[in-house]
Amino acid sequence: MSDTPATSELDRRPESKWSMVGKDPYAMPIDKIDLAHPGIWQENEFLPFLKRLREEAPVHYCAESATGPYWSVMKYKDIMTVDTSPHIYSSEPTIGIVDSFEEFTVPSFISMDPPKHDEQRRVVQGVVAPSNLKSLEGLIRQRAAAILDDLPIGEEFDWVERVSIELTTQMLATLFDFPFEDRHKLTFWSDAATAIPGGGIISSNEERWEAMQDCLATFTRLWNERVNAEPGNDDLISMLSHGEATKNMPPMEYLGNILLLIVGGNDTTRNSITGGVLALNQFPEEYDKLRADHSLIPNMVSEIIRWQTPLAYMRRTAKVDTELNGQKIKKGEKVIMWYASGNQDDEVIENPERMIVDRPNARQHLSFGFGLHRCMGNRLAEMQLRIVWEEIMNRFDKIEVVGEPERIYSSFVKGYSTMFVILHPKAS
Amino acid sequence: MVKVLFKDHAGREQSVEAATGVSVMQAAVSNGVSGIDADCGGSCSCATCHVYVDEAWLDKLAAIDPNEDAMLGLSSDRRENSRLCCQITLSAELDGLSVTTPEFQF
Repeated sequence: MSDTPATSELDRRPESKWSMVGKDPYAMPIDKIDLAHPGIWQENEFLPFLKRLREEAPVHYCAESATGPYWSVMKYKDIMTVDTSPHIYSSEPTIGIVDSFEEFTVPSFISMDPPKHDEQRRVVQGVVAPSNLKSLEGLIRQRAAAILDDLPIGEEFDWVERVSIELTTQMLATLFDFPFEDRHKLTFWSDAATAIPGGGIISSNEERWEAMQDCLATFTRLWNERVNAEPGNDDLISMLSHGEATKNMPPMEYLGNILLLIVGGNDTTRNSITGGVLALNQFPEEYDKLRADHSLIPNMVSEIIRWQTPLAYMRRTAKVDTELNGQKIKKGEKVIMWYASGNQDDEVIENPERMIVDRPNARQHLSFGFGLHRCMGNRLAEMQLRIVWEEIMNRFDKIEVVGEPERIYSSFVKGYSTMFVILHPKAS
Repeated sequence: MVKVLFKDHAGREQSVEAATGVSVMQAAVSNGVSGIDADCGGSCSCATCHVYVDEAWLDKLAAIDPNEDAMLGLSSDRRENSRLCCQITLSAELDGLSVTTPEFQF
């Protein structure tokens, strides 16, 4: 995820930003619908646009967009077809809707095809395998508990800042055994790797490069400390530095892999933590079911990940002329798999707009993608969310959302910048 | 109908009966066998129906295709006898098939 999708300079012009917001999706010519505009995502108006395209143009061509022309794939089954056909739909050069225009790139297998993808992914996937994560569960639970115990009761506060960001950052620090007092640096590097210059995080590509140099230097220091320690430590850096396949990685590959682990595990989990609280407030009868039976948590976690869909899409590029659901796609054209739409496809998912904690087949969703690029950290994400929800339900009767959350200005990262809540403790 | 025996990593066993023509994954899911997630529903694209096939049965299975091979490559628990059981279709010849589920699915 070293690219910056849907956030070109053009997109941030107000007239561009607002061109779809507030419009009736059924009153405009269908070819003018441009899902890449961040405005409808920030304003939470995207669902009817997705619905109309699913019904009337399930493989839809948008010729005019600030991001350049692209195809949108809207149906669950068509998305599966694209995601599982890497020989037709390539992940190169990038998985963001905007072709990378920045100088900063590090090798990262999310935007590579086989066989290179498979070789590089194999090197790091073991570190987030469930068998390796088991030993971290206790520490993650302890830190989640400490964050929750520190929250104010009965007064308004920002759940995103105090819980979602803090938990995700602490978990990253835990996984890397990163110096705990410096953990905010992980969040900064993660944000800096993907931010647009001038967007508030960094002001230029030079500044990004400085941040990445600092990141590499810090992780190199940690590597050197741990490579000389006795084997057997179960943090990710020790695993990489002692692992047969990883111990001779060149520096940029180390940086690329570290960044993929940091970025991949950062806002996705963060926004799913927030999204779960929001969903339970929107569907109070589901909150009741959960209160009555905490064993629903693992199923609910999958359902939250579907309902939230923390990454709205992944992009592919057609390698050859091809046809998809009746539409002719030419070699070189961009193809966007809208996971956020496939996860709302009522041909596959009943009552998709509802978050249902005991939904049957809740694991069958598109949020992790399918095929060779399927999310490598899926089990880590599920474990984190499960632990957080177990600890939340042990403490609070209700997390009450106050007002509307503020959403992120992006058609790629589907999430929240603030969400105010009031905590109601369990009657003891 | 043919019989399939599922063992989990801790040695617990569950025997199920299924019709020929269905996949081992479908036989597991429709009989509530734990340890098989099958997130993609049987299209060989999630590697969450991973099983270890008992040696005696390996020769009776159709050869692994490149796609299954690539998907199995996503699992760090892969062994010589690893298969994705959505890709094993039950036949009379496989009556009595015995497989073990890994402790964790990918």
